[in-house]
Amino acid sequence: MSLTQALLEHKERRKKNSNAVMTMVIKRSKPNPAIHQSRLGTDELFMAIDPDTKQLVYYEDRADQSRGILHLDKSLLVDNPSLSLHHDKQVELLYFGVMSLACDNLINFLELIRLAISYLQDCYIDICSPEVLSLFTDNFDYQHLRRHFVKGLLVDDIMGYKIFVHEIHSDYAARVDNFRSYDTVSKDIIHRWTYPLVPDVMNFGKTATKLERQGMYRALEISQSQSAVIGPFTVIGSGTKIGNNTKISNSVIGEGCKIGSNVIIEGCYIWDNISIEDGCKLQHAIVCDGVIIKSGAVLEPGVILSFKVVVGPEFIVPPYSKVSLLQQPIEEDSDEELEYADSTSVMGSQVDKSDEITSKVLETHFTPASELGMGGAGHVWSTCESGHEEEWRHSVAPIPKDKIMEAIKTMEDDLGFIHDDSFLPPSGELIPNSNDSDDDDHEDSRDDSYYFEKEVEATFLRAVHENIQESHLILEINSLKLSYNKLTSDCAGALFYAMMKCALDIPHSSADGLLQNVQVVFTKWKKALTSYLNDKDEQIEVILKFEEMCLESAKEFAPLFTTILHQLYNDDVVEENAILSWEDEKKDADEADKVFVKQAQKLIQWTLMDE
Amino acid sequence: MPDVQGLVNEFVNLLKKREIEGSQATAKQTAELLRSVISHQRVPHANQATALINAVRAVGEQIIDANPIELAVGNIVRRVLYIIREEHLSLVTDAMAGYGMSAASDEEDDVERDDYPALSAAAVAAAARRTLRPPSLHTLLEDVTDSAALTPIPSSAGDSEGKSRSVEKGEKGTRGRKLKHDVIEAVNELIQDITSFHEQIAEQAVEHIHQNEVILTLGSSKTVFEFLCAAKEKKRSFRVFVAEGAPRYQGHILAKELAARGLQTTVIADSATFAMISRVNMVIVGAHAVMANGGVIAPIGLHMVALAAHRHAVPFVVLAGSHKLCPLYPHNPQVLLNELRSPSELLDFGEFSDLMDSATGVGSLHVVNPAFDYVPPNLVSLFITDTGGHNPSYMYRLIADYYSADDLVMKQKPTTGN
Repeated sequence: MSLTQALLEHKERRKKNSNAVMTMVIKRSKPNPAIHQSRLGTDELFMAIDPDTKQLVYYEDRADQSRGILHLDKSLLVDNPSLSLHHDKQVELLYFGVMSLACDNLINFLELIRLAISYLQDCYIDICSPEVLSLFTDNFDYQHLRRHFVKGLLVDDIMGYKIFVHEIHSDYAARVDNFRSYDTVSKDIIHRWTYPLVPDVMNFGKTATKLERQGMYRALEISQSQSAVIGPFTVIGSGTKIGNNTKISNSVIGEGCKIGSNVIIEGCYIWDNISIEDGCKLQHAIVCDGVIIKSGAVLEPGVILSFKVVVGPEFIVPPYSKVSLLQQPIEEDSDEELEYADSTSVMGSQVDKSDEITSKVLETHFTPASELGMGGAGHVWSTCESGHEEEWRHSVAPIPKDKIMEAIKTMEDDLGFIHDDSFLPPSGELIPNSNDSDDDDHEDSRDDSYYFEKEVEATFLRAVHENIQESHLILEINSLKLSYNKLTSDCAGALFYAMMKCALDIPHSSADGLLQNVQVVFTKWKKALTSYLNDKDEQIEVILKFEEMCLESAKEFAPLFTTILHQLYNDDVVEENAILSWEDEKKDADEADKVFVKQAQKLIQWTLMDE
Repeated sequence: MPDVQGLVNEFVNLLKKREIEGSQATAKQTAELLRSVISHQRVPHANQATALINAVRAVGEQIIDANPIELAVGNIVRRVLYIIREEHLSLVTDAMAGYGMSAASDEEDDVERDDYPALSAAAVAAAARRTLRPPSLHTLLEDVTDSAALTPIPSSAGDSEGKSRSVEKGEKGTRGRKLKHDVIEAVNELIQDITSFHEQIAEQAVEHIHQNEVILTLGSSKTVFEFLCAAKEKKRSFRVFVAEGAPRYQGHILAKELAARGLQTTVIADSATFAMISRVNMVIVGAHAVMANGGVIAPIGLHMVALAAHRHAVPFVVLAGSHKLCPLYPHNPQVLLNELRSPSELLDFGEFSDLMDSATGVGSLHVVNPAFDYVPPNLVSLFITDTGGHNPSYMYRLIADYYSADDLVMKQKPTTGN
């Protein structure tokens, strides 16, 4: 891909907003996600991007749990009226993301929310401003650009730094960070997706390479036996000698290699100056510089031989094994990230990366050099059991058929799961019409008020615990009222509920104690409540709420109903008109509902008399 | 000359990254680069021409290797070499003439040019000119008829002659500077030619496009655009069919531009060429390069158009600036006839990746996207270059006008002239 456009965008943004420190390049693609994952052997990814400003607001490179819910901060949604979610991997994760988001939407949003869900791939290309370097100096514990830095920057709103994204469509961009992606990217290069960065155009060395039919790249100076068969999609470096009846296909062979007769090489990456003697068989292996493979040796799929390893004659290197001259570190360094950096820089030579990902302490399994056959040199590095899952995902060897079947099956299951549930429209567009939903959509409004009450309660509790002034509490509740589009009576009800709940939560031994608590709470916060009780209707709402509480959530109040009602009356929270109207309202109700009316009959009569 | 090396490297990089598109731009930049190479090259007293030729040749090798398929680079390098040889020869003949003069009439400053042929050096000059000029019919006649009118025709050489003669007695070293100066001037002319070749080709438009004709073209070519517009401006009314030129679809752009100029334009798919060809009076296309045998390396799809035109006896006209004339033959192993571009022009990478995933071994799909076609000379009816219209079989003659046979093979180190 060409960075020019992305760079330009970055600079433009920098000019306008000096806080835009980083531009991430992401790639939009829409293939089967399982295949994508298998192609590069990468992890799951979840991103939230503001489609208008292209700002990255959320980044999660691995879900919390494999089937977990994704937590999107509500404030994040409030700030961004429209948000597009991007996800490159598992559909189930996506589904949960939408679920939780949908809940938030319903209660949170009056605006129209557009959810554009698409598959996306992180190219790991970032354009950074100089500030990024200083950020790294300040936060020296950032060791992983994605896991620490990006998330840290997104969470931290003090500095106000922002990350933006640049989307590419048909251009090619990918990162090599494990053996699988090494393989895939190499093949893509041979297939010329990266044009003009292809062997025959950009000859990085001195020697020219010519492209022949069927994707064969051959340097000009090679000596190849007449009977050798070189298959399609093969690169052969200069100075390489190939013996009789040797078959090579889908492989890359470096410079100055000596390959004997009757050798079979399939899907391998053979670096420079390697000698492979007669009758060897190599399948899907990576062989580093200076390796000697003696006659008749066999490399099974997924083998990686490090620099200058010698494999003895007739020796069979088992699948997925990694062989190095260095001994395997006995105990894994606690600071795995540092090693990670090493392993990417000197690929395959020092650290087995898949081990690190599992971050298990390896059992040491010292293998003598002679295990590589007569005259062999090198140590086979063992992997722990749990690392096996990663093995097939990250190795150069093709994924075994059964694994693919498994993956496809889980995919299908997930898809079925989604299609069963009509909650998510198939288009992936979710447009809750909150503006007129209050009346038509009962479930909606019920949900809505439930969350509203919760919010009010939380606000109130916070006010109690942090000794916030009444006026501030009122202000906060007012803002909630506006954001949820509620009436004053709803606020009164909710606040009353919160107060009672609070009183209930204060430890008490008996009904008297509870009454005491109620009194305490009311004396303190009465003003807040009364500010919502200007009208008869609101007072009725409070009484109704109280009744409901006694019936359902807080049965402890049931015996105290009359007492507390009286108390409220005395405190001028409710007026006699309200109580009378309440009674009036309840006249036609069922007998069951009249329990409290009857209970309060005395009080009602008394108020009537008082009048 | 580190700065020149920097320039060369930069140019090589651009060529390698394929960031310079189109042979005109490439040719122009090549010529400009070579001009700065020449101007920075220090010339020794003896063998100035050799030094210059070697310098240009060294740079030329690098930039030709950087993008062997862009033949314009090689063409320009060869032409610059030819210019150096030519200028050198003309200077040598002048010098000879000068010596001859000084021998005959000592220290006579007012030697007129009319005396020139009569002098003893005249034979040398004629011989030099013969090697310098290819033995074309034109020069043959010129040589035979009157040698009196044989005063050096290249005007730059002519007026330099006067100056050189005056300086000559002073010191020989100035002649080196002289040569460099002349060469740079000639290269400037070349650059001028490259920039203005569109107009020169377009001037001939009215002679080829007639009233109410239907013209077919494929893809987009600046030359074709100018050509058609020039005909339009001369009040010719005609219609144009534009084949879209998959996979890059540059025909769409051309069609838009033509329509904006008020030309009646119709866009057709490449595959509809054969269906439409019977209604077409003339096919006019651009070329990537013209080979010495008259074959054309052209954007992909043109061979098909040429065959269709041939089948229906429709004239197939190729517009090509003289910088596109390549002295190589298409069977020369040095000529890469094609370039395979990225498959992403055909298919979106994302859509395709699940089919070609080698890891799963499911698919083994492969996309080939060659950039060029080779149209053999027998399918081409006419070439229109900035020097006029030519038959394909005449191409080798044109090439002999522009290039020296010594320069055809760049790789080897042949004994350079002088």
